[in-house]
Amino acid sequence: MTPQLAVFFVLAALAVAGAINLILQKHPIHSALSLIVVMVALAGLYLLLGAEFVAAVQIIVYGGAIMVLFVFVIMLLNAGVEEHTSLSKLAGGPGLLLAVALAGFIAATVARSSDSVQAAAQNGTLAPTRDISSMIFKEFVYPFELTSFLVLVAILGAAVLAQREKS
Amino acid sequence: MNSILSANAGLIIMVVKTVLLLFIVLTVNAYLTWFERKVVARIQSRWGPYRVGPHGLLQPLADGVKFLFKEDPTPAGVDKFVYHLAPLLALTLAMTSIAIIPFGPNPIRILGHDVYLGIASPNLNIGILALFAITALGVYGVALAGWSSNSKYPLMGGLRSSAQMISYELSLTMSVVGVLLLAGTFNLRDIINAQAAPGVFGWHGIFGWNIWRQIVGFFCFFVAAIAETNRAPFDLPEAEQELVAGFNTEYASFKFAMFFIAEYTSMITISCLCSIMFFGGWLSPFPDSWTFTHYLPSLILIPFGLWVIWDGIRYETIFGRIVLPGIGTVMVALGAVLVLFPAVNEFIQGPFWLLSKILFFLFFYVWMRGTLPRFRYDQLMAFGWKLLLPLSIVNVIGTSFAILQWGPK
Amino acid sequence: MVPTSYYIILSAVLFGLGVFAFIFKRNIITMFMSIELMLNAVNLAFVAFSQALGKPDGQVFVLFVVVVAAAEAAVGLGIIILIARNRQSLNVERVDLLKL
Repeated sequence: MTPQLAVFFVLAALAVAGAINLILQKHPIHSALSLIVVMVALAGLYLLLGAEFVAAVQIIVYGGAIMVLFVFVIMLLNAGVEEHTSLSKLAGGPGLLLAVALAGFIAATVARSSDSVQAAAQNGTLAPTRDISSMIFKEFVYPFELTSFLVLVAILGAAVLAQREKS
Repeated sequence: MNSILSANAGLIIMVVKTVLLLFIVLTVNAYLTWFERKVVARIQSRWGPYRVGPHGLLQPLADGVKFLFKEDPTPAGVDKFVYHLAPLLALTLAMTSIAIIPFGPNPIRILGHDVYLGIASPNLNIGILALFAITALGVYGVALAGWSSNSKYPLMGGLRSSAQMISYELSLTMSVVGVLLLAGTFNLRDIINAQAAPGVFGWHGIFGWNIWRQIVGFFCFFVAAIAETNRAPFDLPEAEQELVAGFNTEYASFKFAMFFIAEYTSMITISCLCSIMFFGGWLSPFPDSWTFTHYLPSLILIPFGLWVIWDGIRYETIFGRIVLPGIGTVMVALGAVLVLFPAVNEFIQGPFWLLSKILFFLFFYVWMRGTLPRFRYDQLMAFGWKLLLPLSIVNVIGTSFAILQWGPK
Repeated sequence: MVPTSYYIILSAVLFGLGVFAFIFKRNIITMFMSIELMLNAVNLAFVAFSQALGKPDGQVFVLFVVVVAAAEAAVGLGIIILIARNRQSLNVERVDLLKL
């Protein structure tokens, strides 16, 4: 059991525990906090994979902006404890089956796949940020500009949606 | 036993460093409160703490004891888990950000290991990004504290404070991009080393610092940092006259102390960042060829120690007459050690300059608190979004243009 | 070193949990959070493959996914606020005006 494997199992357990807690909690704010734990655990996993820039971006954007948005909306709307109707309990059974089938299918495919996925990646070097940025601005410059346009449209949309009625 | 120690020597050194740094940061926090009360008092023409210990030096100890022994009620109807989590989160995040700051350029050689001053490894390639990640998570402490208190004023204070923090976080990160473009790396040590090159007019020393090349960036960063740490003049969310202490109304004794410590620790972190990114970090303002300036620490310590002894001998209380000359003697001894041992003197140069710059910025923080009136909330948000963010974006564009035009080909 | 398949299995498990949360929960905001969980699971797969193949393409894709998720969260939460104002409830079963 190398230290990396041990760290992987700890972080993976944390992520799965956070995801299960998101399902089990009744109040949305506790689900939001569990999701933040999942994101931080995933950032740790990215660090383990050597993607340090992506790990930092994950915490800054996902953990520090998107989840803050969620927490704000929960606070502003005074979201209370959620009720479970009979329909949702009925849907829970097939839902569980579906989720297990999906995860099991992917896991089985991975287990039967070629050795290159099974084996540990020998290339353990960290990808420097320079490579990522040169790739964004050279090969992926068109998607980059499109996503910036998308964000602009989203800002305008959110501002329009959230304004009060002029009554 | 010896073999276990030597095999895990790196880990043990890391643990010892962490405990030591934690202790030092908490002590600095405590005496920062003393410093702030003294300086604000002098600005307002009064004495400040004077009774508790000589010159009020034991006031932080008295405050600490008060915080520990006060009653710690939990209000009815609060969300217990979140109510107890919020101050813990704030304190943990504030303390974690200190771990990334490098305090000196040269390592000490202990037991065959190179021990660097500062907990993070010297080649942490995302130094400044990690700091921003921790700052970004700091919003949760405030927001969750305000929400979980089940009361109107904390909720308003918490929402306002977290809205303020996320607005100014944008300007904070954008204003640093200029420095990163100039240095070409996120690593804090490399940012400092990039300022060692000759700067304005080809002069060395103070003229190589980023403050000359990034004055707009420094202004944006410092103002955004003050707003981010909820300090005056941006402290509306926790002002007493406005919001009954805002998001920490329902927190008493030790939990309030945790928020308090978190705020002062983030003040210290921002001062460290300002010194590192814009003021040359551990670099001396004098050129390296002026080696006589290496005696400056001793030159400051010895006369100051003698003055403390002289003031202590004539002090009012008996306790002061013993303690103050003792402190003065320690200072003089330290200064003498630095003169007598050149190796120690060389080692102490880096940390000395960094600590003086940090102290200067902390004084600046406290000075602003004592001098400037508070922003109103809508003025605050308008300033953040309409002035500071466009200014930092213009700074990025200008810096990129300048690098393209006059930078290395 | 950790085999890449471990990361993919973890990603699959997180995705399955996200799907289950989406089906089982009735609060709009929690359902939205489960979508974010699914996106995160996919990001993990991207970064794992990026390390396995040694190219930074996967990490660039992750950045794009993060940006798109942020834009989606902003607009989605705006819509949620409107729904909550109009229907005074966050239960997704109460938003059934188009039902026959």
